[in-house]
Amino acid sequence: MANWFIQASYFIVAVVFILGLKAMSSPVTARKGIVWAGYAMVAATVVTFFTPDLHNVGLMVLAIVSGGAVAWWSGKTVKMTDMPQMVAIYNGMGGGAAAAIAALEFARGEITDPVVATLAVLGALIGSVAFSGSCIAYAKLQGIMKNAFRLPNQNLVNIGLAVLTAVLGLAIIVSDTPSSTLIVLFFVLALALGAILTSPIGGADMPVVISLLNAFTGLAVGFEGYVLGNPALIVAGIVVGASGTLLTQLMAKAMNRPITNVIFTPISGAAAGGEGEVIEGTMKEFSALDAASVMRYASKVAIVPGYGMAVAGAQHKVWEMAQLLEEGGVEVVFAIHPVAGRMPGHMNVLLAEAGVPYDKIFDLEEINADFPQIDVALVIGANDVVNPVARTDKTSPIYGMPILNVDMAQNVIVVKRGKGAGYSGIENALFYKDNCRMLYGSAQEAIAQVITHVKALES
Amino acid sequence: MEGYAALYIFMLAAFTGYEVISRVPVILHTPLMSGSNFVHGVVLVGAMVVLGHADPEDPVQLVIGFIAVFLGAANAAGGYVVTERMLAMFKGGNKKEGGA
Repeated sequence: MANWFIQASYFIVAVVFILGLKAMSSPVTARKGIVWAGYAMVAATVVTFFTPDLHNVGLMVLAIVSGGAVAWWSGKTVKMTDMPQMVAIYNGMGGGAAAAIAALEFARGEITDPVVATLAVLGALIGSVAFSGSCIAYAKLQGIMKNAFRLPNQNLVNIGLAVLTAVLGLAIIVSDTPSSTLIVLFFVLALALGAILTSPIGGADMPVVISLLNAFTGLAVGFEGYVLGNPALIVAGIVVGASGTLLTQLMAKAMNRPITNVIFTPISGAAAGGEGEVIEGTMKEFSALDAASVMRYASKVAIVPGYGMAVAGAQHKVWEMAQLLEEGGVEVVFAIHPVAGRMPGHMNVLLAEAGVPYDKIFDLEEINADFPQIDVALVIGANDVVNPVARTDKTSPIYGMPILNVDMAQNVIVVKRGKGAGYSGIENALFYKDNCRMLYGSAQEAIAQVITHVKALES
Repeated sequence: MEGYAALYIFMLAAFTGYEVISRVPVILHTPLMSGSNFVHGVVLVGAMVVLGHADPEDPVQLVIGFIAVFLGAANAAGGYVVTERMLAMFKGGNKKEGGA
């Protein structure tokens, strides 16, 4: 097939990718957007088989089929709550692919032009960091890696390693025929850098990190696109790099954590608490019957779901309870913090899965002023995002993060598994407030009991 | 490719990326991140080209090329499935756009 046909196809593919992303930024057209982009990807893949002088086609087909099948199957079977780590791992694979492209180009000794070499090295570095960083992010969210791992003088080690990697990269660029030892060492260090940068970062900051690594992979793909002289890769990669950066900023803003803070001064349980404001009061326990009656006779209930609810798979039960309350004339709304779940919008997806209509779901800005008029705020498996310490205690690591002001509601009921601190390990002052009651138990069982009691109250 | 032309492509693509998602509602942040994750799966195309031009006699090149294509294909396929599953939940029902 003529080369112009391949080039024209790539051009159309790039256009469709951009239109697809555009469509994905509105709920009405989002579904169409991903389907368009999907067709474009298939077209790009098929057309590439007609590249002149293409060898190793059998091996190529094997790699596509096996890689595609593994990812397709895992993507189909993964639970909705585990989505963020899947996005992380697929993103890491993209970064790894970009790095491997650079590695192969160096191994072939094809790179001679210094500009090309520079971009190849940059893409390799960024891609490697995205790969190993995403693997760590996956391990953390999946619970394989439990604790934040922090070296002594972490920031110093980070900088030292980054400089060393950069020096090796520079050596590759200036050398006409870089030795394979040099190249291997460069990749090892780049991979180590990604792992070491990500491992001290606490779970609460993970969404920002995944988004950042997503932008990284985009950039790496764009750079390798230049190396290969493939404008489709450049356009798609850089568009993702830029949009990913914007998305990262939006998320970081929602958490009030500048990206530099996320990377260099991670929140950790040990540093938090202890010093700063002393929390007064006691935690007061509530039974499922109490909770049922308080909510049944309220006029407005706001449900604040967190990741704990999603992990327990309780969203269907919660929606069942909400519908039951509504039949009794109670107004029920859902209040979502921007970083509820593990990523912005993750909770909306989980609630949508349970069948909760969008018009019952309110963002932080939409609902925060209304809390004083809400009779009962039911917090299920959320912790840091409702911690009033973020408003009051300047020494707290989460100080300044916008929170849902549930403590201002008339009554607060917190459904919680046990008495421990939140995901970030910070003590929650909300639990000790006078208007707050604790309903202990797994979200699934606690809500099931509440439903039973609400039904009993009806008859 | 002409160096400066590429530089212009970089710049324009960056602006495009920024503009395309600048007014996205919060509810779509996760699906959009996943969607953009899928889009950079086009790295598969680049991986195919390098594997296709690798020396069939050199096992090191073949292994690296295989890894590149395998990872690229996984990125594209996984990114698509996951995004499609998330967005499938947005069909029908209410039309509320959700404030950003």
